[in-house]
Amino acid sequence: MNMINTIAIHEFKSLFLSPLAWTVLAILQAILAYIFLTQVETFNLIQPKLATIEGAPGLTDIVVIPLFSNAAIILLLVTPLLTMRLICEDRRNKTLSLLMSAPISSADIIIGKYLGSLGLLLILVVLITLMPLSLLVGCELDMGKLFSNLLALMLLVTAFTSTGLFMSTIAGHPTVAAMGTFGVLLLLWILDWTTSMNDQRSELLEYLSILRHFQNLQSGQLNTADISYFLLFTMTFLFLGIGSLNKDRL
Amino acid sequence: MAYLIEAKQLCRYYGKYRAVNDVSFSLAKGEILGFLGPNGAGKTTTMQMLSGNLAPSSGQIKINGFDLLDQPLMAKKSLGYLPDTPPLYKDLSVKEFLNYCAQLHGVAKNNMTQCINHSMERCGLTDVSQRLIDNLSKGYQQRVGIAQAILHNPDVIILDEPTVGLDPIQIKEIRTLIRELGQEHGVILSTHHLSEVQESCTHVQIIHQGQLVLNESIEGLNHSLNTGSLLVSTRLMPDTEVLLTIPGVNSVEPITDNKFIIHYCVSEDPCQQITETIITKGWGLQELSPIKKSLEDIFISLTHTSDS
Repeated sequence: MNMINTIAIHEFKSLFLSPLAWTVLAILQAILAYIFLTQVETFNLIQPKLATIEGAPGLTDIVVIPLFSNAAIILLLVTPLLTMRLICEDRRNKTLSLLMSAPISSADIIIGKYLGSLGLLLILVVLITLMPLSLLVGCELDMGKLFSNLLALMLLVTAFTSTGLFMSTIAGHPTVAAMGTFGVLLLLWILDWTTSMNDQRSELLEYLSILRHFQNLQSGQLNTADISYFLLFTMTFLFLGIGSLNKDRL
Repeated sequence: MAYLIEAKQLCRYYGKYRAVNDVSFSLAKGEILGFLGPNGAGKTTTMQMLSGNLAPSSGQIKINGFDLLDQPLMAKKSLGYLPDTPPLYKDLSVKEFLNYCAQLHGVAKNNMTQCINHSMERCGLTDVSQRLIDNLSKGYQQRVGIAQAILHNPDVIILDEPTVGLDPIQIKEIRTLIRELGQEHGVILSTHHLSEVQESCTHVQIIHQGQLVLNESIEGLNHSLNTGSLLVSTRLMPDTEVLLTIPGVNSVEPITDNKFIIHYCVSEDPCQQITETIITKGWGLQELSPIKKSLEDIFISLTHTSDS
């Protein structure tokens, strides 16, 4: 546990030593702020019409859900870039042998690195959540729905990060790792698109799709199946990562 | 006697290529083992296996009594390793980096500052402790690598070519450091400089094409280096037949008409007789200098003796 902490803290700090973390935080914040403001503006425009409709979508539906959906897609692009260097760069710079010859297990290395990079992404998620919270100054929000959106995005980044980490343990070059992560995530994201076109529904594809589970959570249904999907997803890739790091020695 | 390292019948394949073949040896406390071999002989592979970075294809490694495969964490606790490329996080300062290494090796918190300062002192890093590793010269980076390996006071220290990239003064310092370390620890170092082994090691192993061709103490090595060579140049062309009759002379190898190399047997030491012969014959001695043995010569002599 101690070792996991040590590695996680080192990983987290070293992200901020390069301009990468700062750039990602700044650019994402700027883009999402723009999206947020557009949504608020939209709400302002259609508010008079909404007032006349019974059971019309509220502020939370119009501002929070699109904001978090867009954030999810942007994170799909950004996470591979943040995770691509995790093990890959260690291997290329030969610093992996420092960890391998220290009294640390592969699981400690993987989980430590995972938590370190997850830290940055969680900061990002918190910063995104601060935007709708600022609306509390003048209006009311559906806090339950906001919470489920926050949870959905957090679970999403835990899954994204684990995929990125696994890819960086198997790839020889960081760009390959980034490309691989992006490919896998995008494929899982669009997996159930075909099912909506046909009359037949494929249960399996629907279950595997990240988007489906993410949207379920976003709508405010806290479903054990969706939450456990993300947790299983994360653990699978972490185990694969540990296995592939062990295989390095063979 | 309890050995710090016991390696039994190590083999390592890369695909079909056999990099290390049936290497067995042991290391006790107070010994400095020099690993000699030409490029691609399997030195680094052996070191990587000893440090737990590579699993041997077959064979067993015990460090301080713990099997490296069955109890890797216990075994690695008594291990300090410097790989052939020093493993450095270049965006950290020397002190930050050593601090991280100390944490990784589980050095106790109250002991940490002392450990770091001690190893920086030993490797001459105190003046650069606040500088970024990236901005240090290659020699200093190498020293940080060594500092990292001895930081947690391990029983076994494995150094893969520790003096590469250092200037002569630094090399001398590092050799002194290695000798010091060898008094309380077991040290393995690999190199392709014979002089380095002769200066700082107590034992020597020569590895050639993945196999140990020599496993000896330093005295044993000096004994097996029984042949010496002299470079001689004369004004007139000498008669090699006459030189060959001198007892102790093994062969004469001409380079030009009046420059040649004499190979001789050290125990019989025919140098004086060679000089006298050349002078009395009136060939006009112009130069006579001993040739230092290179690693290649030893290889040739060792592989020759093992062949015959």
